[in-house]
Amino acid sequence: MTAAFVVDSPVATTHDIACAHCGLPVAEGFVREGAERQFCCAGCDTAFAILHEHGLDQYYAFSERREAPVRSSGRSFEEFDHPAFADLYVKQTAEGLHRTELYLEGVHCSSCVWLVERVPLLLDGVVRAELDVRRSLAVVEWNAERVALSAIARQLDSLGYAPHPFRGVARDTMRKREDRAMLVRIGIAGAIAINVMLAALALYAGEVNGMERSFERFFRWISLAVTIPAFIWPGRVFFTGAWASIRTRTLHMDLPIAIALAAGLVRGAINTFTDSGPIYFDGLAILIFALLVGRFLQQRGQRMATDSAELLHALTPVSARIVDGEGTAEVTRDIPSEALLPGMTLDVRAGESFAGDGTILSGHSSVNAALLTGESRPVSVGEGDRVFAGTLNVAAPLRVRVEEAGEGSRLSRILQQVEASATRKVPIVQMANRMAGIFVAVVLTLAALTFAIKYSFAPDRALDDAIALLIVTCPCALALATPLAITVAVGRAAQNGVLIKGGDALELLSKPGTIVLDKTGTITEGRVALVEWIGPEWVKPLVLSLEQGSSHPIADGFRRAWEGVDVHEVVDAQHVVGGGLYGTVNGHHVRIGSARFVLEHATDANGVIETSAQFGATLTRVFVAVDGSVVAAAGMGDRIRDDAQHALDSLRSRGWTTILLSGDTPDVAHAVGRSLGFSDGQTVGGASPEDKLAFVEKLRAQGTVVMVGDGVNDAAAIAAASVGIGVHGGAEACLSTADIYLTKPGLGALVDLVNGAERTMRVIRRNIALSLGYNVIGAGMAMLGILTPLIAAVLMPTSSITVVLGSWYSTTFPRVRRAQS
Amino acid sequence: MSVVYLVLPLALLVVGAAVFAFIWSARSGQFDDLETPAMRMLHDEATRRSEKR
Repeated sequence: MTAAFVVDSPVATTHDIACAHCGLPVAEGFVREGAERQFCCAGCDTAFAILHEHGLDQYYAFSERREAPVRSSGRSFEEFDHPAFADLYVKQTAEGLHRTELYLEGVHCSSCVWLVERVPLLLDGVVRAELDVRRSLAVVEWNAERVALSAIARQLDSLGYAPHPFRGVARDTMRKREDRAMLVRIGIAGAIAINVMLAALALYAGEVNGMERSFERFFRWISLAVTIPAFIWPGRVFFTGAWASIRTRTLHMDLPIAIALAAGLVRGAINTFTDSGPIYFDGLAILIFALLVGRFLQQRGQRMATDSAELLHALTPVSARIVDGEGTAEVTRDIPSEALLPGMTLDVRAGESFAGDGTILSGHSSVNAALLTGESRPVSVGEGDRVFAGTLNVAAPLRVRVEEAGEGSRLSRILQQVEASATRKVPIVQMANRMAGIFVAVVLTLAALTFAIKYSFAPDRALDDAIALLIVTCPCALALATPLAITVAVGRAAQNGVLIKGGDALELLSKPGTIVLDKTGTITEGRVALVEWIGPEWVKPLVLSLEQGSSHPIADGFRRAWEGVDVHEVVDAQHVVGGGLYGTVNGHHVRIGSARFVLEHATDANGVIETSAQFGATLTRVFVAVDGSVVAAAGMGDRIRDDAQHALDSLRSRGWTTILLSGDTPDVAHAVGRSLGFSDGQTVGGASPEDKLAFVEKLRAQGTVVMVGDGVNDAAAIAAASVGIGVHGGAEACLSTADIYLTKPGLGALVDLVNGAERTMRVIRRNIALSLGYNVIGAGMAMLGILTPLIAAVLMPTSSITVVLGSWYSTTFPRVRRAQS
Repeated sequence: MSVVYLVLPLALLVVGAAVFAFIWSARSGQFDDLETPAMRMLHDEATRRSEKR
């Protein structure tokens, strides 16, 4: 049974030969004898040819390069030239150029920046291409008279950066403004803190060595004058936050912070006017600065998490071809897909996706619905069958009567569910904020107690001691504890190929729960590969020659497996929908297809069909007949990722419950599930996107649910799960709703992630304990009346520094040495 | 020592200038993307006509 998943020889890799473009090992079957350069796939070959032709070989001098085969989508991107597309995404610049922002897949390093920004050299008419690596966003400006946007898109695609229109421009500008405002606040608060500290240093030195009263007074007034702007501009956020906290009656860290700040400022100002008693300005200014830094880190962490499913809409075609009139008078014309209405007739060619849901009026073809269902094999369709928007017509032209379009289509409804479940998702309250309530109560009670007790025997000291307590217990280190630990962990995780969008996810992942995994594309590689082959070598060139012209996934599988095999000329190749291919190659009549199809004109003299029965149940069997006799059988299927078994075992040993949730047929799901140790109760097959969502929501009622997936069919479930994880190579829709995205292929990163999450939580707890420890010491000293401003000024930054160092030197995710290549 | 009365306000003026420069640079977007320019500076100049938006 498990033998069916074992990697067969034609695709085994040798480690001796590296792809000239991406540097990955070239599979043995792909090695071309005597060729100067070897490539791991056709995509890399094309990319290399483009670069070489334009004299951009310098690309290969970069030490840090993309280490992934170029997998261009091969789409025409015609819709990018449509007026409806231009209305939505393209702007005119002042110089009369066109400008748009494109979201690029597969961008991650400095060589990508170099390459993308060289597009003006590759294509005449492109004036500017500028890439923001962190957000994978490219700004492109071009002269519309000399080059079409679709050509630019195809060029990017052939280099391995499949472009998508970027819709979040408005939100993006808003965020930029927010970020800049925050930076300005931090800058001002920092400058003020340092200068007040210098003045304080003079004052403390004066206290020890003696200082003229007039100088002392001058320094105190300067401190007050410099501190006040810190309260008015950067510090204001804490007071507005505290006010909101009071108004909404939800306790927030801002409240104790604002109380401490206000009490300190008022008391310090009074003491400056009366020229007696301590001023607290140095401590207050540092507080504002440190707290803002903490806030900034936290905001940036949450920022990415709120990214919603805007990219999803890019999935439906921008334009649709409709048919007007009937019989000989019929004409086809393009309309924007927004204008598509139920009742219209769609004309969909092979390789295009459907713009709306509908029923097939005429034509036979096969449809790849992996986007919606996760089913890896294309389904044969004919007259009367229903097709859905966003799915791909693989084989032949079809006429479709539209029944639902736009908002009403199934894809659109799924996307609405994605957005709804993303907004419904309650952000988990971070540990620090959960403690805020208790913290406020304790601190206020202590301060009141200090004041009351002191007032009975030393009334003149009572107020100062109570205020000193408020300031020294200001939860500065506490506010830094969580965001710092998470920021450091998220940064290290990114170096390890795990992009974490929200720090909350780490808290949830630190305790075992249920992990639900999609099959196609997550546990398996998600594309048809040649897994089994019975047959002589001389058949391979014949098969490959015939399959060369086909866009069918099975043909892709052959091409990938036998890249180095020679190709002959084919005469009269015919494609029979739902059957296979036939044609004449080198004088031989070759038929490739299902058993029924090849047996129409051939006999199974060697018993190949019988022998092939040993292939696993999950494989599609494809037979080859040459000149009337069946000579070879291929088992095509979706291969399980090499590290899946190991990753699942480690997760289970950590106490996680693993569940396989697949849109593929129950038979296939169970076969794969059993081979990986899922019990039958833990395997669910045939789940539609809606089923997946319901399944995850039901599980959520019982505790933490982690959903791991790669497709649009998983997107809603990923958004609804406590933590959604998108795997390498997944659909954009799924990635944009996921909380975490694995940038390395395979499931090994899942284990690193869970380990890292556990360690991160340990660091957070240690940070909180440390900062509370400092607060207890400070509060105790303040109550005893032995807390001088100098001790307070030393104690407060020390606690913050301890937290900073503790977070930095923590080992949450392994630190990565620079790429070895 | 009384020179402090003159030097301190002057020092604060310098700080003010530095803060102003920072505000200007932040608002003009120089801190928006901190990763790409660092990678870009090592690349050879090509036909990039405009550096700023």
